[in-house]
Amino acid sequence: MSTEHLADPHDDHHAGEVHFPEGTRRDYVTGFVLSVILTVIPFGLVMSGGFASAQATAFAVLGCAVIQMVVHMIFFLHMNPRAEGGWTLMSLAFTLIMLTIAVVGTIWVMYHMDANMMPGMMPPPGVDATMP
Amino acid sequence: MEQHAIESTFLFGRLTLEKLPLHVPIVLGTFIVVAIIGLAILVAITYFKLWGYLWREWLTSVDHKRIGIMYMILGLIMFLRGFADAVMMRLQQVWAFNGSEGYLPAEHYDQIFTAHGTIMIFFVAMPFVTGLMNFVVPLQIGARDVSFPFLNNFSFWMTVGGAILVMISLFVGEFARTGWLAFPPLSGVVASPDEGVDYYIWGLQVAGIGTTLSGINLVVTILKMRCPGMILMRMPVFTWTALCTNVLIVATFPVLTATLVLLSLDRYLGMNFFTNELGGNPMLYINLIWIWGHPEVYILVLPCFGIYSEVVSTFCGKRLFGYNSMVYATICITILSYLVWLHHFFTMGSGASVNSFFGIATMIISIPTGAKIFNWLFTMYKGRIRYELPMMWSLAFMLTFVIGGMTGVMLAVPPADFIVHNSLFLVAHFHNVIIGGVVYGIFAGINYWWPKAFGFRMNQFWGYVSFWCWVVGFWLAFMPLYVMGLMGVTRRLRVFDDPSLQIWFVIAGLGAAVIAVGILALILQILTSIRDREKLRDLTGDPWDGRTLEWATSSPPPAYNFAFTPVVHEIDAWQDMKEHGYKRPLTGFKPIHMPKNTGAGIILAGISVALGFALVWHIWWLAALSFPAIIATVIWHSFDYERDFYIPETTITETEEARTKALSNAV
Repeated sequence: MSTEHLADPHDDHHAGEVHFPEGTRRDYVTGFVLSVILTVIPFGLVMSGGFASAQATAFAVLGCAVIQMVVHMIFFLHMNPRAEGGWTLMSLAFTLIMLTIAVVGTIWVMYHMDANMMPGMMPPPGVDATMP
Repeated sequence: MEQHAIESTFLFGRLTLEKLPLHVPIVLGTFIVVAIIGLAILVAITYFKLWGYLWREWLTSVDHKRIGIMYMILGLIMFLRGFADAVMMRLQQVWAFNGSEGYLPAEHYDQIFTAHGTIMIFFVAMPFVTGLMNFVVPLQIGARDVSFPFLNNFSFWMTVGGAILVMISLFVGEFARTGWLAFPPLSGVVASPDEGVDYYIWGLQVAGIGTTLSGINLVVTILKMRCPGMILMRMPVFTWTALCTNVLIVATFPVLTATLVLLSLDRYLGMNFFTNELGGNPMLYINLIWIWGHPEVYILVLPCFGIYSEVVSTFCGKRLFGYNSMVYATICITILSYLVWLHHFFTMGSGASVNSFFGIATMIISIPTGAKIFNWLFTMYKGRIRYELPMMWSLAFMLTFVIGGMTGVMLAVPPADFIVHNSLFLVAHFHNVIIGGVVYGIFAGINYWWPKAFGFRMNQFWGYVSFWCWVVGFWLAFMPLYVMGLMGVTRRLRVFDDPSLQIWFVIAGLGAAVIAVGILALILQILTSIRDREKLRDLTGDPWDGRTLEWATSSPPPAYNFAFTPVVHEIDAWQDMKEHGYKRPLTGFKPIHMPKNTGAGIILAGISVALGFALVWHIWWLAALSFPAIIATVIWHSFDYERDFYIPETTITETEEARTKALSNAV
């Protein structure tokens, strides 16, 4: 980045855009088509009743969502390891760490909560629940 | 889910005349007073013909300094509201003994403690912290404004919009009665069918958009707009903490937004994310909201750590001890703050392995925090300490915060937490760290940067009165809560059976009264400072012998901050420039490219308030109009190509010559 740009930060109309990777029409069309496909697959899966196991359907839907995120990042956000002098990659790594902590942590916490606190633990119906 | 027969008309949705508090004397009285004051202000503005000035110079301003000041004003106003709630609770708890019900009915009391928490965090602490960052960060990094000046204005007005929605709930309908985080199933539509939780949701959603965008704005500003030579490891510590805080904002506020969206889907569309039936799980809400909620407290306190760092090194006349360790401690806290959320619900039943992981992670956070305390102490060691007000607040912080931190480590031990969970001990703990850490930090920051913002110092006498009242009042108000918490008194109680507790509540109430004097003194300090501004005038722009770049320019800084972008060679850049005999350039100015003011931010926020109000009251036609109106305004604004202008050379020369004259008078 040039000193000129630092000295005049409001020049983002001309100076700023030079640094941003720009997408071509081809990129956008590819991204759009891929997104549509990745939306239609899970939609169709759910509408047609899905696989035999509901869990398999859920994972397939989730998988399509994750792939679609990657598609958005590459084709719409134009992310690549070199963009913005590596800052994009750095922030992506940070995002992934945060996401992992939140998702894995939540599953871990909720799994234990489920195991300890949900109705399976409680006395079966018919047994006096108010028993001391 | 069963049907709820809430009557609704097309024109006003669920809003009826009975929703106005005409039959509740306390609220009606407050409303009349507020209406009279508000009307008086409006009349005064009209009489002195200030509307044009306000609109052109402030409301539509994209200048980061003015937006920062407006954030502080918002914080101060909401602080008075939040404190009024606190006083009402204290009074109720002193009163409601020996068979007395106190003076607040349950549904009113529940709204008050909910509003107190919500307002103090979202509309007091957040605007104060954001305001200081907004004002100071661009100056500290030698920039002319933030990266996205319009977005900054828009963020501010969205925060105001959220605050307005919450304030409207005081007079039109009711606020949530759920506690400040609105846990379901209590906040679900079955237990809370009325508008209270909806006010909470939409107030927070509108303000949350502002907070997220301002977080993005400041991250980009700090990463991309530093002046030449200011590599990351030369940034002032306040800027470092601001960077970490805003990274946390960007990472966590979307979690809050998403969680509240899920709650509103439950409430509006009958979904079952957090209900007790059909596979819903209220515990998931608590898990999600604390994934945001725990980082949130670090979002508030990290910038305050930055303020203390600036203040301590300035008033000890030394470079901060252990700059590198301070930076790394800040980064460690940023990451760790994301790994501890479960300590807010140890008792919910995740079991020993989960609880011990989060308990230990919580205790680990105290290590970088402790390192910071030692850094400040070692900075003071053999320093020439000047006991000005910002330094006093910093010292009070260190004493108070260490106690709060230690009770925090106690709460981090899961078995101990099972004993004091949800008790007044917890209430005492978080007030201890939030008042001792955040509020004192904000006061230190106000006293420290006020001369930079306005060109005159603050009145010292009332500043000291305020300081001592706060410090004494704090201990009086919260130590009894620790005691009662250990005895097992739970929080949010309205009436008490055990008469032996009353004395503790009386002491706490006295403490609140002393704090009230402290707040009054703060207001007097501001008013007397403005009255005596000629006497308190600072012409140098550097009244404290500061060390960072904001003190290199005039007070108040010109619209363009720096006539020439500074070049940095050292940590504490301005101190380095002074030591090397820096001379202000007096000629050779060039026109400066600046952003133009725009009314789009305030208009967008205004429509957002209308949308929020419509959703709260189920006024669908208004919602159907205002949402497209928001989109249309955004598109209309995006076609505004005349967003920039040049400050001509002559104006800059005039401004800088005036400063030269002022400087020669000052010496």
